[in-house]
Amino acid sequence: MAGTAVLGRVTWRAAKAVAVHDETATARTLALAICDWPGHVAGQHVDVRLTAPDGYSAVRSYSIASAPSSDGRIEITVERLPNGEVSPYLTQEVVVGDELELRGPIGGWFVWRSVQTEPIQLVAGGSGIVPLMAMIRSRRSAGSSAPFRLLYSVREPETVFYRDELQALSNQGDSVVISYVYTRVTPKDWPRPAGRIDAPLIGTGTWPSTLRPTSYVCGTTSFVEHATDLLIAAGHDRERIRTERFGATGERK
Amino acid sequence: MNASMNYLDGNAAAGELSTIFVADITSAEGQCANCGGKKPFAEAHLYMQCPGLVARCALCGHVLLRFANVQGRVFLDLRGMTYLSVDAAPQ
Amino acid sequence: MAIISRGFAGRRSAAEAKLPPGQYLTTDFPVLSAGPTPHVSLDRWEFTIDDGSNVLKRWDWKSFRELLSESITVDIHCVTRWSKLGTSWEGVSLDVLLADVRTELPYAMFRSYGDYTTNLPLKDVMNKQAWIAFKFNGADLEPEHGGPARLLVPHLYLWKSAKWVKGMTLMPHDKPGFWESLGYHIYGDPWQEQRYSGE
Repeated sequence: MAGTAVLGRVTWRAAKAVAVHDETATARTLALAICDWPGHVAGQHVDVRLTAPDGYSAVRSYSIASAPSSDGRIEITVERLPNGEVSPYLTQEVVVGDELELRGPIGGWFVWRSVQTEPIQLVAGGSGIVPLMAMIRSRRSAGSSAPFRLLYSVREPETVFYRDELQALSNQGDSVVISYVYTRVTPKDWPRPAGRIDAPLIGTGTWPSTLRPTSYVCGTTSFVEHATDLLIAAGHDRERIRTERFGATGERK
Repeated sequence: MNASMNYLDGNAAAGELSTIFVADITSAEGQCANCGGKKPFAEAHLYMQCPGLVARCALCGHVLLRFANVQGRVFLDLRGMTYLSVDAAPQ
Repeated sequence: MAIISRGFAGRRSAAEAKLPPGQYLTTDFPVLSAGPTPHVSLDRWEFTIDDGSNVLKRWDWKSFRELLSESITVDIHCVTRWSKLGTSWEGVSLDVLLADVRTELPYAMFRSYGDYTTNLPLKDVMNKQAWIAFKFNGADLEPEHGGPARLLVPHLYLWKSAKWVKGMTLMPHDKPGFWESLGYHIYGDPWQEQRYSGE
């Protein structure tokens, strides 16, 4: 058995916010307690449905940030989108005790299971860190020694999610090697000027393709296209690169 | 938004498709009826900025799947795939 | 029974009196698309009218743009529930394109670059009801909004206003197009709220 069984009809469940905290000025983590939660695998997502008193409803997908656990809880981290319909509600309105509807866990492709022992290359663009953080946390909670590297591209230092936790991880010896890329503003005295991921950075900031890592790339569609092209150009096998693209989704009912 | 980058992965359809498929659709393999390419459904290009969901072959752009949830009634068009191979064994 | 989300209203405003039922007002112009944006070069663009077996009329970009065009200001209504009021377009009326087409065929299937289709009764694209639009707000129509040219049939839901249109096929019987064959209404009148088949 690899991870938690996910076979079975996925239905809408009641979830209650049990804790909230801000990750950045525009992103918030919500801990949710879910009725009859079957458990999840790192990398999976959930759909959240909000319903107005007149019956109007909106559904959006969010990656799970927390490691698999058996306590019926998950965490999601939500970035507030300008003109968003659901994300402003989740990041500004929801308080502890509020109820939401949630469907999941969803997806069995963009997942890392603790039985995997090969080197893992994580590549995150902005809030694309969320499902990759679930993998990092899952590695730790499972006591896995699979070699992990994370290349994390952010606009500026203030937009890093899970900053202290990542810092603590990279301070430990046998852990996760983390490289940051800043696309707009760098920290003071940062050696590389602000700019997006390029070939030299793939060379220094990721596992060499000769190690045959499995790569997980998550971010906006244009980020994922760009990073995947660079990995393939650096000799990585397309079959070993898994991607998750996200964007502001359209109106759905 | 870059106009040519307006798609997501097949992954993003998994929630909607779970209303009709019991098995996980994202790790299912589908064969494109147009180019014959075989890929996990998770790697299809998904267009959701429209009245329904449209998944297209990542190799040739052919429509693999169309899905609409019309007031609780689901319409599904799978003509774009010659087969869909699903792992039905409990994990 | 859904859980009501305390304090959630969605992206809607109260002042929506001029709108068809179930619509909300937007001021931006959402991009809806069922596929990649085709980039059609003007020297390869064409618009044809056929009857299913013979091409009856054909224009290239140059001859199309030499046709009489007009400015139109109309409200548009998308089945995904947004409406936009007072949009300004420039286009060629279908009345001009169909002026010397003699046909008894009462329906048409419009075809687009990118393989989109939508069906319309011929009477709904005649008598100042439909245009092939090539300018929006005075500027060339952007590819993401259907440029170089799109159908504009503002009295029906916007999925009928096919982007990247390249032709129309006249038909003896009505036949569902891309969305109409997937549960959406065969006609699509927003004022009757004909969103879905069976309504």
